[in-house]
Amino acid sequence: MKNRMNSTMKYWFSNFALLFIAAVFISQEGNAQRGIREIHQERSLYRNIIVTEDSTRRCLRFTITRRTGQNQSCRFLENPQELVFPYAKMTLSSLLVQDNPQRILIIGLGGGTLPEVYHTLFPDAEIIISEIDDAVLSVAEDFFDFEQTDKIKVDIGDGRVYVKRAALRNETFDLVIIDAFNGEYIPEHLMTEEFLEEIRLLLPEDGMLVSNTFSTSRLYDAESQTYHNVFGEIINLRMNNTGNRIVIASMQDLPDLNTLNRRAANYRNRFEIFGMDVTDYPRFMDKEIDWNTEERPLTDQYSPANLLNN
Amino acid sequence: MAESLASLNNLLVLSLAFVSGFIIMSVELLGGRILAPYFGSSIFVWGSIITVFMLSLSLGYLFGGKLSLHNPSLKQHGMFFVLAAFLLIPLILFGNQIMEALFLVIEDPRYGSLTVSMLLFFLPTAVLGMIAPYSVRLLVMDSNRSGHVAGTLYFVSTLGSALGTLATSFYLVLWFEVNQILITMGLILFLAGMLAIYSSKSFHEKRAALGHSE
Repeated sequence: MKNRMNSTMKYWFSNFALLFIAAVFISQEGNAQRGIREIHQERSLYRNIIVTEDSTRRCLRFTITRRTGQNQSCRFLENPQELVFPYAKMTLSSLLVQDNPQRILIIGLGGGTLPEVYHTLFPDAEIIISEIDDAVLSVAEDFFDFEQTDKIKVDIGDGRVYVKRAALRNETFDLVIIDAFNGEYIPEHLMTEEFLEEIRLLLPEDGMLVSNTFSTSRLYDAESQTYHNVFGEIINLRMNNTGNRIVIASMQDLPDLNTLNRRAANYRNRFEIFGMDVTDYPRFMDKEIDWNTEERPLTDQYSPANLLNN
Repeated sequence: MAESLASLNNLLVLSLAFVSGFIIMSVELLGGRILAPYFGSSIFVWGSIITVFMLSLSLGYLFGGKLSLHNPSLKQHGMFFVLAAFLLIPLILFGNQIMEALFLVIEDPRYGSLTVSMLLFFLPTAVLGMIAPYSVRLLVMDSNRSGHVAGTLYFVSTLGSALGTLATSFYLVLWFEVNQILITMGLILFLAGMLAIYSSKSFHEKRAALGHSE
């Protein structure tokens, strides 16, 4: 056991070095083909952070490999307000369920897209972002014009710890958004029943939780069952041509389709600047239980999230 | 005859070392899971856990080596396993309460996770650390071969550690709850200890028959 660390470390360093070199070659080749160039790359304590740019958009990604959907955040160079990703638009459409949040907690900063959008819509709202990696914050500031103000504040630390401490301080948030990714999936301790219970403590009577996740894999059943156990009825928002899904959970009864459609018609103009027609979204907001309810929910004791994802 | 007697004795001690190596790393890996709900999965949480495991193992090595100087016996060796099993109980039963209390007292998650790691993991890991040097003492018959014996022992126990890490991270967390794994580890330690205590008499008789002076 004495030499355990030495040998393990040597092993990992040698393998990482090889993988890294291989990956850099592969990604450069792939990027060159699509006219994408890397404008920044750094290795933070948690991940590789890469900023890429092509003729139309600038993107943030956490891995070097070419796997699809690995961009965490992108924005158009010409019209930065227009949202690039379906998931961001889907997240935004949750405002049809509960509008006008005055305090918003976002777990996971990325390129800072969501905070900017919510700030545009609700300039008086206080927005707090919990981000584990301070390197992500500096990249968002340097490359995506993200700015901390008296309305938009970033807390560097683990989201789970932030939520626990905020609950102890009796803070409330009208809207909590889970948008935490580590390049692979959502960190396991941010997917459990206990964590969702802790978030519930932050929500006032009309509070809402919006969670950005995926609709594929065996995790779908486990995740859905976990949200269902904590919040009861949930809205599942999935759309064609994207593997993203948004789970919307509210402390109140969820509105029916007619209400959602009516609100969408009213809000249409407000959402246009983000490059979306919000009236497209209500029909994809699904309240049906379409998962296997026998699946074991995720708890702090049992949360093999990334393993189930394979 | 003498050889087979010796190899049976060696097999027992080496198997015990394998078990302890396996369990040390399994618990260490679960440590990350146990702390995450209170202290997150920031890099310093792993830093705290690894620090505490290294520190407790180092002190365990020192103390185990010292204990092996006076009347070393397989019985005492077995007691380490039984003791380690009991020292896992607070982690299983009161882990959450301990973390909850410290979470309230210590705001800085670095020192919070370090303190909690000390409280939860120091004692069981230090006792498990005593096993390696004590095993060497039980195996060495001839000082010329002590390096070889120590090498074999580290080989077996570190192999156990590697498999413990792999099994826990790849499969056990997929099949079982954290506490179920910990309880099983505790039971295995307890049974291994009882086996050693039970086998002690015949172990030392064989050793005496091989002409080793105790």
